[in-house]
Formats: sequence, structure tokens, C-alpha cells
Amino acid sequence: MMKKDIMICGVGGQGTVLASKIIAASAMDEGWSVHSAETIGMAQRGGPVTSHVRIGDDVFSPLISVSGADLLIAFEPSEAVRNLRYLKKDGFVIVNSIPVKPTSLSGGADYDGNAEIAFLRSRCRCLVVNSEELCRPFGSSKFFNVAVLGAAVGTGELGLSEETVRNEIIKTVPERFLEKNLAAFSAGYEIGEEKQCR
Amino acid sequence: MSKKYVMGNGAIALGALSAGVNSISGYPGTPSSEIIETAAKYPHEGTYLEWSANEKAAMEVAAAAAYCGARAMVTMKQVGLNVASDPLMSLAYVGVKGGMVVVSADDPGPISSQTEQDTRRFAEFARIPVFDPSSPEEAFEMVQDAFEYSEKYKTPVILRPTTRVDHAYASIESPDSFKAKEYEGFVKDPKKWVIFPRLSYANHNMIEKRNVEIGEDFSSYRFNTVSGSSEKAVIASGVSYAYAAEFLKEHPEVRFIKVGTPYPMPESFLLKALEGVSEVLCFEELSPFIEESLLKLIGKHRLNITVRGKLSGDVPAAGENDTDSAGRIISGFLGIENQNGSVDLSSAPQPPARPPVLCAGCPHRASFYAVKKAMKGRKAYFCGDIGCYTLGNAMPLDMVDTCLCMGAGITMAQGFNHMDKDATAVSFAGDSTFFASGITGVVNAVYNAADMIVCILDNSTTAMTGHQPHPGTGRNLMSAPVDKISIEKILLAIGVKKVVTVDPLDLDAAVSAVRECAEIGGVKAIIFRSPCVAITKPDKKMTVSSKCVGCMRCIKEIGCPALSINDGKAVIDSNLCTGCGLCSKLCPTGAIGGV
Repeated sequence: MMKKDIMICGVGGQGTVLASKIIAASAMDEGWSVHSAETIGMAQRGGPVTSHVRIGDDVFSPLISVSGADLLIAFEPSEAVRNLRYLKKDGFVIVNSIPVKPTSLSGGADYDGNAEIAFLRSRCRCLVVNSEELCRPFGSSKFFNVAVLGAAVGTGELGLSEETVRNEIIKTVPERFLEKNLAAFSAGYEIGEEKQCR
Repeated sequence: MSKKYVMGNGAIALGALSAGVNSISGYPGTPSSEIIETAAKYPHEGTYLEWSANEKAAMEVAAAAAYCGARAMVTMKQVGLNVASDPLMSLAYVGVKGGMVVVSADDPGPISSQTEQDTRRFAEFARIPVFDPSSPEEAFEMVQDAFEYSEKYKTPVILRPTTRVDHAYASIESPDSFKAKEYEGFVKDPKKWVIFPRLSYANHNMIEKRNVEIGEDFSSYRFNTVSGSSEKAVIASGVSYAYAAEFLKEHPEVRFIKVGTPYPMPESFLLKALEGVSEVLCFEELSPFIEESLLKLIGKHRLNITVRGKLSGDVPAAGENDTDSAGRIISGFLGIENQNGSVDLSSAPQPPARPPVLCAGCPHRASFYAVKKAMKGRKAYFCGDIGCYTLGNAMPLDMVDTCLCMGAGITMAQGFNHMDKDATAVSFAGDSTFFASGITGVVNAVYNAADMIVCILDNSTTAMTGHQPHPGTGRNLMSAPVDKISIEKILLAIGVKKVVTVDPLDLDAAVSAVRECAEIGGVKAIIFRSPCVAITKPDKKMTVSSKCVGCMRCIKEIGCPALSINDGKAVIDSNLCTGCGLCSKLCPTGAIGGV
């Protein structure tokens, strides 16, 4: 029986919600029971956002427990650290190394994400992905949400098949952006697979 | 029938549609807004839907439907129920013919609300039943049950979901098309439908007797449950039940009680569930409602049970519960181990603060900046209101001195004017807020001869709650084109001395409009009109040239999230910039240009 808690985190506007919707729909396609929850409302305006996807039966809370997540997909280094308490001791982190700087007057002017990435590498199993490099061929970092899904599938940590997730992307993404999204997904998949082989 | 993966709010809508609801009305408010939006995706004959001008209007539209024998649902967030409480309190006395369900969504935290009020208290105050779902699946069933109970006892009933139920997704098996209930229509009977002291006296007696019956009825309701048989019991309600269940699923021997209908208290059920219990922990959010109900029950029946919860300090008085606090508090109460292997978080770098801010290119930023510039050097009070523009309080704009509740900005600015004649009193309200509860405030200010400036921040939508239409947009929920109600004409008809409409992105014109209004007496109004960029998504971009001297003026004055400093020079994030150009207008070296 499949049982997986997946947390996706980032900053409002990064496209975390689409990623969580595709994971939830893919898990249902494979026949699993799914629950999920998103940040909605005022907090979305440039604040930290999280999505919780819970796959499996015997699920009560819509939110993942502290130390309960099998996989943390972080669109931003400091958001990975902010939510690390949700990760299981032997859980896996996929993290974007490119930081989103906080608005200039709320402090953290010298924040660059490097200390966060170093900390994550020292404390847990993780795959660090550079969204700028990964998305350069597609012309916008907006494709990162689908690319990182590819990476999650590639590592095997998501527990869902490449075909199912690809089909769900085809169903979800508007047709005019589909080609680039599928290419981004494949590029992410390769990075994930490479990590798994190592 | 098919499985639909929907939000709790969607489940509530599907439940109401499955129950053949004939009328759904409401006013947007997080976390309740998606109920009506989901229902609107299934248009069919015999079901009327509307976004109302405010919650009071929505409640009264629903009441009339229920008087006709139709099934009516009205939706709002918890503070909306305050606005609608006048009709609700009277309606509780009058009663209904068709089923009427009032959905009032509570927001523990609070996550995006002014208060942590508890709608279960409102149900008790109004003496009407309340259902408290612990999951989207339960909400789907409960809303259908709520219609049945409402018709059986001829009373409005409340469904009280909380944010984590409203916004949680689950698979709901529901019909794909819906059939509205057939109803008799309104039958005149003044002794029944016209509230008078004598009717209220008679019905008050009836209601108190009836509520005891409902409590008995609820005692066999399927969402009031008990499992386990230990002497120490845990009792929970709403989503707190789900958090507690997450911990207690590993401890099936523990007596675990769920209360799905907190009011009227299911007394026989609780007496039976508590047989042999010596100590009980109440795990709930917002107020100690179940805890106080239990204390009453224990006093009434002279039971020897210790009650723990918020009043005893075992459960926090404020804020949300979660699985973490459930595990900690319940394991402490039961004296059992609660251990989860966790990642070593010692010496983790402190994540930067990310307070919510107005979007890059938001016209509200320009409006606030124009008023700030025009008022520089003058004593002025800035009264804010409820909407995205409450975020005008953040540094560096710092343009919201007060924010109380929907519509209060206008009336409070008037109050400040009467108390301090030396200061210029300025109010800010959005377009939707103006229609919901701002108009009466302007009438009051004109009538009482105030000197003040009313600023309407008109972005042609209800932005904060997800871009719902309102009376000024020219369309309603059914998307039929309707006449736009003109804010200018309303203000002129009320007798506002001067009404100016400006584009806030035209900074010079906006600043001079404010200065002009500040020079004349009476009530003046400025309508800052520019559409919400989250809808129009302009593709213009601003760029910084080599002329930038790094003075930081753009960053220090307007706080746009697209602006930052790199190597001592301003940079603009092209992913965020919408090309509004506000920054270019205050750059002293003319380094910022448009593309």
C-alpha cells in the first residue's frame, strides 16, 4: 500500500499550487486515495506558501505532521529551511538553489541562499537544482514547477510513474505552453534520474 | 455520479446542490468564497445564485426563499455573520418553511481575518443548531443533513467549517447534474411571518423546548461518535478531531469522542460516552465551547469528572491547533510517549521574513503614494479598511493608521474629524467595500457636516478574495451584463461637495486632486480608478539604465516587490514588473524607463 506525504513550499507566485495539483491528480490516476491543502488568501501576496499532498488511506489531518513528510519539494532555499521541521528523519529534499530575495525593507538584504543549501546538504538527503540553468532553454523560470516535478519523478522519491505524471501535465497545462512544459519535465527527469543512479 | 477532487468549500457546494438547493447567496470572504464559485459551475433550472452586496442582504434574500418553502443557503466568513446577525437573530424567532443553511466559515489562527470569533457561540446565542464538519467528506454529507434538520424543526441551521476544512481537498462522489427541489411558494400568514413582540414571546418558549428535543435527536446523529473505553477520554470537534485522530489512530484503546453537533448539546449521547470516565481533555479551536458545555453537563448531573482544555491551560487559548500540538497535548494528558524521528535543526539559518505586500504594479500603491505626497507636512489621519489595500500599512508606505472592520474607515475618519479639527481626516475603501458597507458612512459624514476626504480605491473587482464581481462591475454571478452602478453618481446624490476621478498611475494628476480636495471644506471624494493587475496582467516592463546612482529613493519610498538592489544599483525583476511606471516618476536621475 502506498503511503506518502509530500510537502511543496515556496513564495507566493512561484507556481507551487500547479505542481501540487499535478501530483495529487497523478496519484489518483494510479488509484490512490489523496488529500491535499494549500495556502490561500492574504498570505499568498508574496509570503511563504505551502502545499500538503497526502497519499494513502488512514489519513485524517489535511496537513502533514511535523517530522511526517517523506519528500519536501522546495522552490526556494530559505523556504526549504523554514519547513524542514516537517521532514521525516530519513526524508528527501529537492531544493531550488536560486533565492527569492525578500522585499528590500524587510531585512535579509545579504541573503543569497548559499548558507541554506550548505545546511540542507549537511543535514539530509537532498537534490539541489538550479532553476535558472534548468529553465534557460525554455526562456522563463515559470517552467520550474513542471521541471521540478520531473526531477521528483526521476529520483524515484515521488513513487509515481513518469508516464502518469506526463499524462497529467498534458491534461492540465494549456496547449500553447505544453511543448515547453513537457521539455522542462524531461529535463528535470534527467537530473533526478542521474541523482538516483549516483 | 463521479468522483470529484474538490476543496472543502466545493464539497459544501456539491452537497447543497445534491440537496436540491434553490437559492444560494453570499458575500465573498476568506475562507468561504469558493462555495458559491463552485456552485456557479453547475448552472441549472430552479437554482438561483448571487453574490450579494453584503452578508445582511444575502441573509435576507435567503430568508425569503426559505419562507417560500424553497431550500436556501447563504455563505460568508465569520465576521460576515456579524453583519448578517440582525436578520439572523430575528429569523431564529420567526423560523422557516423550506430548509435554510447558514454557512459561516471560521478562521482559527487567524490566517486572514480580523477576529478569532467562534460561530458555535453565535449558534448558541441565536438558539439554533450548528453542524461542525471535521473534513470535506463530512461537510458534503452534513450540509445535506442540515437541510433535513432545518425543515424538520422549521429553523435556520448553521454549518460551521473552519479554514483547514474549507481549503482542504478530497475526493467527493457526487452527481454530475442536479435537480432543484420543487417548492410551494409563499403562503401569506401575518401571524407567522411578521415579527411582533407577542410572536417572539410565544416562539421563545417554543424554541427552548424544541432545542431540548433537537439535543435528543442529535444524540443519535451519525457524526457524534465514540470509540475506545479508557478512563481518560479525549473529546474533539471540527478539524481538531482530525488532528487528534492522526495521533490517536495508533492508540485505539483511548476513549475518543467526536462532537459533530456542538449545539444544542447532544446530552444523552455525551452522558453515555462519558460513563466510567474520570478525566476528559477537550481539544478544540477558538473558544472553549465543548469544554464549557461539558462543565454545565457535569454540574447538572453532579458527575465526578475533571475537565481539561483551554480553561485549564492545557490547550492554548488562541491560534490554530495542528497534528503537532495534538500529539504533544494528548500524549501529555494520557502520559504516553510521543516520538517522531526528526531532522537535526540545530544552528539552522534563520529564514528571512516575508510579510505579505501589495503586488508589483498594484494601483493601490500609487494611490497611497499620491495621498502621502500631497499630505506631506500636514497633520492627517489615514483610516484604512478591509481588502488588499490594508497592506498599505506596510513600510515604507505606512499609510494605514486604523483598520477596524468593513466600512469603518469612512465613519472613523469622520469621528477623528470631530475630535481633532487640526488634522485632515482621510479614509480609504475599495470599490467592493464601498458598496458593501461604505455608502451609509458617507451619508453619515455628509449629514453630520464633517470635513474629510473619502478615497475610493476602485480596481473594478473584489481582489483579495479572488476577484468576484460587485455592483460596480457591470456583471453579476450569473455573468449576465447588468447596469453598472456608478460610484460617482452615488457620491454626488448623497451631497458630497467635490467628486474627482483620477488614474492613480498619473501621479501628478493624483497628487493635485488630493491637494485640491484638502483645501475645501465638507466631505470630498477622490475615486482612484485603475484595474487590478492580477486580472489585466499588463506585459509592459520597466528597466534601469546606467544613469542609476544608487540613491535607493525608489526602494525607500514605494516598497515595490519587483525592486531590489544589486551591486549598489536598483534592479527590476522582469518576472514581477508590470510596467506601472511609478518608480520612474520618482527617480531623480531619470534612470528608469519603460519598454
